[in-house]
Amino acid sequence: MSDVSIIGIGKTDVGEHWNTSVRHLSWYAIEAALDDAATTDVDALYVGNMLAGRLSQQDHLGALVADFAGLRGVEAVTVEAADASGGAAMRQAVLAVKSGLVRTAMVVGVEKVTDETGSAVIAELATGLDADYELIHGLTAAGAAALLMRRYMHDYGVQLDDFAAFSVNAHGNGADNPEAMFRNRLAAERFATAPVVAEPVSLFDMAPLADGAAAVIVTDAERAMDMAPKPVQVVASTLATDTIALHDRREVLWLAAAAQSAEKAMSMAGIAPHDVDVFELHDAYTILAALSLEACGFAPRGQGWHLARDGEIGRQGSIPISTFGGLKARGNPLGATGVYQIVEVAQQLRGEAGACQVPGAQIGMAQNLGMAGGTAVTHILRADFSGNLEFSGK
Amino acid sequence: MQVSRHWRLKSERYKLVGETCDSCGVKLFPPRDVCLACEAPAKELYTFTGFGEIYSYTTIYDPPAGFEHNAPYTVALIKLEEGPLVTAQLTDMDDEEVRIGMPVEMVTRKLRSEGEEGMIVYGYKFRPAVPVQELSAA
Amino acid sequence: MTENQKSEGLMRPHHEVGIVGYGAYVPRFRLPATEIDRMWKGGKGGAPIKEKSVPGLDEDVVTMSIEAARNAMARAQIDPREIRAVWVGSESHPYAVKPTSTVVAEAIGAVPHTQAADWEFACKAGTEAMQAAIGFVGSGMARYALSIGMDTAQGRPGDALEYTAAAGGAALLIGRGEEALAVIEGSYSFVTDTPDFWRRAHAEYPSHGDRFTGEPAYFKHVISASEALMGGVGRTAADYQWAVFHQPNVKFPSRAAKMLGFAPEQIAPGLLSNRIGNTYAGSAVIGLTAVLDIAQPRDRILVVSYGSGAGSDAFDLRVTDRILETRGLAPTTEDYIARRKVIDYATYTRYRDKLKMS
Repeated sequence: MSDVSIIGIGKTDVGEHWNTSVRHLSWYAIEAALDDAATTDVDALYVGNMLAGRLSQQDHLGALVADFAGLRGVEAVTVEAADASGGAAMRQAVLAVKSGLVRTAMVVGVEKVTDETGSAVIAELATGLDADYELIHGLTAAGAAALLMRRYMHDYGVQLDDFAAFSVNAHGNGADNPEAMFRNRLAAERFATAPVVAEPVSLFDMAPLADGAAAVIVTDAERAMDMAPKPVQVVASTLATDTIALHDRREVLWLAAAAQSAEKAMSMAGIAPHDVDVFELHDAYTILAALSLEACGFAPRGQGWHLARDGEIGRQGSIPISTFGGLKARGNPLGATGVYQIVEVAQQLRGEAGACQVPGAQIGMAQNLGMAGGTAVTHILRADFSGNLEFSGK
Repeated sequence: MQVSRHWRLKSERYKLVGETCDSCGVKLFPPRDVCLACEAPAKELYTFTGFGEIYSYTTIYDPPAGFEHNAPYTVALIKLEEGPLVTAQLTDMDDEEVRIGMPVEMVTRKLRSEGEEGMIVYGYKFRPAVPVQELSAA
Repeated sequence: MTENQKSEGLMRPHHEVGIVGYGAYVPRFRLPATEIDRMWKGGKGGAPIKEKSVPGLDEDVVTMSIEAARNAMARAQIDPREIRAVWVGSESHPYAVKPTSTVVAEAIGAVPHTQAADWEFACKAGTEAMQAAIGFVGSGMARYALSIGMDTAQGRPGDALEYTAAAGGAALLIGRGEEALAVIEGSYSFVTDTPDFWRRAHAEYPSHGDRFTGEPAYFKHVISASEALMGGVGRTAADYQWAVFHQPNVKFPSRAAKMLGFAPEQIAPGLLSNRIGNTYAGSAVIGLTAVLDIAQPRDRILVVSYGSGAGSDAFDLRVTDRILETRGLAPTTEDYIARRKVIDYATYTRYRDKLKMS
């Protein structure tokens, strides 16, 4: 059993890649990661993807991408967990390396949503819901978030405007990220007139679906020390599940899988919430940002939105989130999102986040959710440049 | 054409047939054969009364393919009087009437239609009860 | 017509039969006739009725029949597994091939030991099903039979029928006389080949013979059936507290009633067309449920349907004491009529699938 470190990262711009197919997107991210790691020696490939089979009529991505990325012959497989596919693929790579059966593993998260348009994309995304008991009633991903948001507002006396600070923060950070889909700043005053998608969720509450790919190369920590100038150690990797359907949950406003995976991850890493310097959470909707902060122990129930209101989620705040724009501004390339989060946290810990840098970030957490938290994958990373596996403390 | 997928659920869709736990009496909808409370087998069929109240709701303005015909429409979480929550559309009411805690009853409506030539899927929706007028003998 | 001829066609079962449960249904949307007038006649054409009912986007004859049937079951308080026939009469069954009735039977828990079928005879499909149910129960073949008349009628945009073509109907559970809230003392059916109104297979809208639908069609059949039935059971208009005639508008049933010697008060409670329009196969039966909602024990009711093509079914009913304990168990016909939301012509065209989408 060995510890696992990240030795290479890569990503494409997030947006509308009209000229680029799912295989090319994957290759661009993989190429960047291979360059970053200065190696071509990869033993296994884990592809995180949600909808290629539906939107591009392309399943069997493991073999397709391995071949196209010059990795013909390597072990390769697709990992699917709705929009937590990327995080879940990362988890598989960590497990593989940790087991000792795979020495170096490549993770690529990829999504190509613009091959379809309009209501077809909404319908395919909604396949991550419970088909027989949610989708047949016309529920959408945004609708599920809206059900949570409405009840949250009711139970905790929260106003629509109170969620604006999450998106304002995300767009503020996205403006500094050259790879972000949206680089415009948002004014909180405009929330009241934003087009409504699934009341009360408006366009300003939800992340845009986008094309993109991100890649990460992991290997055992000892080897990583020889290979990379700034290896980033994966100190915790956990995945938990909850019911897909909100109606099956014991507590609708509690993201049980997010809580379970975060708690286990922090315990594995030997840290507490206040030790986290950067938190890339799954802000596909503003309500999920609030609920994630609560589930992961950063805020009491019903008060996740206080952190946004009080400026604590900014780069200078106590718990910086969405530091590259998050899903909201960087964009939400579904099955790639979880890998983008890992890449971004690694950039922060390597001190290579450019204008998005959180000063002195040592410990970063990424949490990738499938839909409304049916799957939650949590990774905790830490800077590991000393050659010493003991953490020096914060 | 996904005929069997809908056909096999007709008792649930038309009549809200769920299950009840022999051990602790908890009622389950959708049926899942295992009690959510005590994890004992729960396979005894139970037909829900169809009465409940709105727990949360959303009006969908960007519908998925296949639901454009009805949009905008309102989907709610309904707390059935026996306990479980169920996801379903609201019908026979205007948006401005809807509120959390509002009492509703089950009705059977068209859920969707598989195009002009495909099958029509029927199932449960919820609405406020028909208001009863004072009877005036003619 | 001789006495012998009059009684010749009278239909009475061996065992006394009646209605043991009834339920109405009217969708909540209303289109004022002035809207159609505004659209097609510049607001100068007048209006045959005040407003008509329009089904919502998620409603059809299946869903409406289920609700009416549930109301009938709520009043009857019987085990649905004792029903041996579920029959739905309509000219707007959602499927051309695949019964409405099996869905209804499934929804009320009458499956699988039951007959089920859809009936068709323009606007009298509902009373046909009722007459067949009388035979089913009266012969002893069935303890209960459910007959439903329900429609979501379409009228060609701008046509005279568009003012009235409406949605609604009723379910009548037929059972033994001793359980009945109204005993059916006799029925009669009068049928000829009279092409006053039709719709060919695959045609979206019906065609009609305009004024030919009146004298040789509606009046000929309604009056003949009414007279034959009343003659057969030996009663006159004065013996009935209430009468219900198929109501394509307000004028036709009012005139038929007058021709037969009925006073306006006798038809008032069952004459709903001014407020909900012509519900086609539902028209006569929902008129009956409106009367049952207010009738007193021992009241007599005459019900006469009319279906184009053409024919009339006539029924003679006597209300029993059971009406008092059953009618409060479900919403009344007037409850449904009072539940209304007025829509404009634009909304109507969307709800009735008149917008060209592809």
